[in-house]
Amino acid sequence: MSASHSAQDMQQTLLKQARWKWPEILFWLALASLYVLFPSKLSLLSEILILALLALSIDLVLGFAGIVTLGQGAFFGLGAYTAALMGKWGMGTAPLSDPLIGLIGAALVSGLVGFATSFLVLRGSDLTRLMVTLGVALMIEELANKLKWLTGGSDGLQGVLIAPILGNWDFDIFGKVSFVYCYVVVFVMFVIARQFMHAPFGLSLLAIKGNPLRARAIGLPVNERLVMVYTIAAMMAGVAGALLAQTTQFASLDMVAFHRSADALLILIFGGAGYLYGGFVGAFVFRVMQDVLGNITPQYWQFWLGIVLLLLVLFIRGGLLGLLRHLRDRYAPNLMGPPSSSRES
Amino acid sequence: MSIVLETKNLSKSFGGLKATDNVSFQLKAGARHALIGPNGAGKTTFVNLLSGVLQPSSGSIWLDGQDITNWTSRRRAISGLARTFQINQLFVDLTPLQTLMIAIAERQSSGAHLLHPVGSRKDHVEESVELLTRLGLADVMTQRVGSLPYGRQRLIEIALALAARPRVLLLDEPAAGVPESERGQILDVIDALPKDVALVLIEHDMDLVFRFAKSISVLVNGALFMEGTPSQIANDPRVRQVYLGEEEIAHV
Repeated sequence: MSASHSAQDMQQTLLKQARWKWPEILFWLALASLYVLFPSKLSLLSEILILALLALSIDLVLGFAGIVTLGQGAFFGLGAYTAALMGKWGMGTAPLSDPLIGLIGAALVSGLVGFATSFLVLRGSDLTRLMVTLGVALMIEELANKLKWLTGGSDGLQGVLIAPILGNWDFDIFGKVSFVYCYVVVFVMFVIARQFMHAPFGLSLLAIKGNPLRARAIGLPVNERLVMVYTIAAMMAGVAGALLAQTTQFASLDMVAFHRSADALLILIFGGAGYLYGGFVGAFVFRVMQDVLGNITPQYWQFWLGIVLLLLVLFIRGGLLGLLRHLRDRYAPNLMGPPSSSRES
Repeated sequence: MSIVLETKNLSKSFGGLKATDNVSFQLKAGARHALIGPNGAGKTTFVNLLSGVLQPSSGSIWLDGQDITNWTSRRRAISGLARTFQINQLFVDLTPLQTLMIAIAERQSSGAHLLHPVGSRKDHVEESVELLTRLGLADVMTQRVGSLPYGRQRLIEIALALAARPRVLLLDEPAAGVPESERGQILDVIDALPKDVALVLIEHDMDLVFRFAKSISVLVNGALFMEGTPSQIANDPRVRQVYLGEEEIAHV
């Protein structure tokens, strides 16, 4: 009797981790409230959401499966060009220029390339993976530059026309519709990622990250899982890129450039990898710091950013969210239930 | 009694060193077998060959009459061959409960499920809790594995292997590095292992060997030196010779 009772408790303990917690709900409500609070900053806010989605896609690969990547920006760029080209070819009318169909197209193209290149990251050390993902990204960047007839090369892709969302809401110059669109899409993507990571799939990724040798020894198909998560993350990055292309009605080499991979990785580490929210926290703090520091020292803001980053990485494990968790475990261990050891990075 | 695991002329060389030298070995269903030998005799190399961590230079390995020589460790694992490691190989950032949930999900081919949260399958939770309770880990089920004492971690090593419901279990020095006070618990667990699981105990510790083994193979310089019952082995002057200066065979 007592054993079955205990099993029930344990089931509750496990299921509790997957349940939505009030800080999460507050977080998404707060995000939505920005629409009312900062009507003049909507396009910046949309950009932050898009950046956060890109960082979230890296979180799945790095924070959960433990694969270091410097190439996620390539999938972002692929998604951006795919959505932009679909908008251009559709000439502003559905189906090709329909934004939701554009998102699906971008996810498919990025996912396909992600799947094809995922086999390159199965073997080797962190350094190998870093170089391989970087190499793939540089190739895609150069392709976008060379295929001028298709991408517009360094001039960017002009004439991108996007149909109204669901045939009803047209993108306005104040970025109101853009923000709501980005918010909804990013939220849906987040819910999907959250669901996947709390499912057995996500837990198996943590096992692979923790000890691939043992994972194989208990019969876990390590390579299969890595291919899966890499493909899913590529699709997500593609959707992020598509959002940027659609809301700006433009695609350029900048969207596929290396610095995007590096920025997003930095933002994720900054916010904390392995928490799902690290990319969001990181993206906001990063952009706000950029803004504030840029106002104080327009030329040297990156210097101060570098210092903050160094302090964070050297002294706090797990970024800003790692710091929060540390403080919570130390000063208010009962505030949010037991600490879940599983999400350490 | 049927043969569950067999090697035929199995060899493994590292450069000029023959770590495993032409070993032909048979394991019966439900066996309690010990593999002993002095330091550097190639015991762990042999286990790594059996479990697929290493590929043999020549020879073959058979599980239930099937040639598994070229199988991956993953395929061997899902076919009923499980092992523990001499040095803990655990998921230190997870909890014992999560650890077993993973192994059980993989056994049931539901490890890639995306939608339902971990814990939705009540039968998986029950089995995890039952196994952890049986191994005396009930009080630490939701603690971080890496934060547990070494002896408890050794038990999780065994629990993780058992979660695959193996027919052959290779225990690589299960009590190695465990302080005396936590040793008894591990011996009890080995004592209580299911009778239908064929057990290979790779050991250096003669107390443990003579307590559990019904048959013993002695490995010297990578080759099978002798096989027999515990009393045959203990009374054989050549075995004593091999172990001379290494350990005293005091028991039996």
